[in-house]
Amino acid sequence: MKILVCICPVPDTTTKVAFADNNTHFSTAGVTFIINPYDEWYALVRALELKEAGIATDVHMITVGKADAEPVIRKALALGGDEAIRIDAESGDTYSVAAQIAEYAKSVGYDLVLCGKESIDYNNGSVGAMIAELLDMNYIGFAAKLDVASGVATVVREIEGGEETDTCALPLVVSCQKGMSEARIPNMRGIMAARTKPLKVVAPAAISAVSSIVAYEMPPAKSGVKMISADNMDELVSLLHNEAKVI
Amino acid sequence: MSVLVLVEHTNGAFKKKSLEAVQYAAHIAKETGTTVTAVAVGNVGDTAMQELGAYGAQKVLNAADARLENFSSRAYTKVMLAAAQKEGAKVIVGLHDTVGKAVSPRLAARLQAGLVAGAVSYPDLSKGFVVKKTVFSGKAFAFVSITSDIKVITLMPNTYPVVKGEGSASVEKLDVSFSDADFAVQVKEVAKASGAVPLSEAELVVSGGRGMKGPENWHVLEDLAKELGAATACSRPVADSHWRPHNEHVGQTGGTIRPNLYIAVGISGAIQHLAGVNGSKTIVVINKDPEAPFFSAANYGVLGDAMEIVPKLTEAVKKFKANH
Repeated sequence: MKILVCICPVPDTTTKVAFADNNTHFSTAGVTFIINPYDEWYALVRALELKEAGIATDVHMITVGKADAEPVIRKALALGGDEAIRIDAESGDTYSVAAQIAEYAKSVGYDLVLCGKESIDYNNGSVGAMIAELLDMNYIGFAAKLDVASGVATVVREIEGGEETDTCALPLVVSCQKGMSEARIPNMRGIMAARTKPLKVVAPAAISAVSSIVAYEMPPAKSGVKMISADNMDELVSLLHNEAKVI
Repeated sequence: MSVLVLVEHTNGAFKKKSLEAVQYAAHIAKETGTTVTAVAVGNVGDTAMQELGAYGAQKVLNAADARLENFSSRAYTKVMLAAAQKEGAKVIVGLHDTVGKAVSPRLAARLQAGLVAGAVSYPDLSKGFVVKKTVFSGKAFAFVSITSDIKVITLMPNTYPVVKGEGSASVEKLDVSFSDADFAVQVKEVAKASGAVPLSEAELVVSGGRGMKGPENWHVLEDLAKELGAATACSRPVADSHWRPHNEHVGQTGGTIRPNLYIAVGISGAIQHLAGVNGSKTIVVINKDPEAPFFSAANYGVLGDAMEIVPKLTEAVKKFKANH
């Protein structure tokens, strides 16, 4: 069984978000990029676990980006996996990213494609489902557990107000979230091994983006907190009713 | 032409967020001089579908194949494609929830259409087709311009208040041809959290952090939530310590919510937590640490011990409800 894990570089979770060029670009000055936590902690680590359990034969990692995305994909290699692929294109919109990954995936033929439930920067959560459509595969989103036996995946996924256990014959695309596996830290052996693992740079397919971000805006600042005495909860309730109008 | 909108229901009753989506679609239809066609999947009564007219739908297409009982993103996508083709849809609206996040990207990819995932505004047509959405897990907004002929949007629930108007929609059956592969995902088991309000849909949320000291103290939050009709949530350390199930975790690596009221108890307000909740319309922070950063993001703050304050607040809510 061959697994492809989609890796998206994102700004570190503690990044103070700022914009440049009249709020038209995200300012990357001083920003550290990491593997999107959902891609790393859940999708990638689960893929590695499936390989360690002898269920998967190959774990490949793919990212769409220019050369500056390489440190992030190297870090993914340090965690484990057999091969990394970088499609040499600007990451564009979700459609163009998904279409680039789908084009490459077609040429190899994967049984399982894993991605995080969303990237923590643009929060679209769309790439997995798009890849599934472009590869004509089934898709299960928001998976908290994933097991594979005899070519059939068993997935526990989040639904509104609960969870559902699904089964589906491979091939399948799954988006992963918390619960699937415990985070790992790359060890020195992994980091050393990653240096010699193949990182394939692939020329992009001719695909254009169909959307783009034209501007950014910061949320309005809160007008200041109104402190209420701990002995006066009636006042708080009254403010929530009369002033905030939320109850 | 027409604006297409996928509506979701529970046992034949349309969800409030779907009524909001119909209303959202109606706004776009009005601005673009066209009509709204809602697409309902599964077994729904004609009366419920006709009533979508009161929220702005002119027509409802119903795909009622028995196999659609269980959710399949592939089958739902085929339904939406058939409806889009039949109606010549240029704008397709869904919800930014577990259904919409699985179906709308598939649809967009199939149609090579631009997608705005998690819209928090109507499209601005004066600049082409530009829609606002949250990015960086709520730390900022982005304005996304769609350049393709067909546009796909998933709307963040609880963006606009739902107002019932007048009108009745016509109802038509929609025939869709499926293949067996469309139903390859089989549901084996469903475990619903008992009695609780689903967090993603909740208008009121009571949330606890490490300051609650331990899971044995959660009953005070649950009492308050019950009194308010609120859902319960928690911060990441709480979910990581298994005090609460991780589907209650809100924040950058958990769920993003935007309720009308978010009551944060014993949560210091780290930037990652704020990212998941700062779309809330009103934030109340209860914390014994006057330096807690959450106070500066709050509308109302109460300084003191949660175990004393929360029961008092529950009593005050009870009293308020008795008088209103």
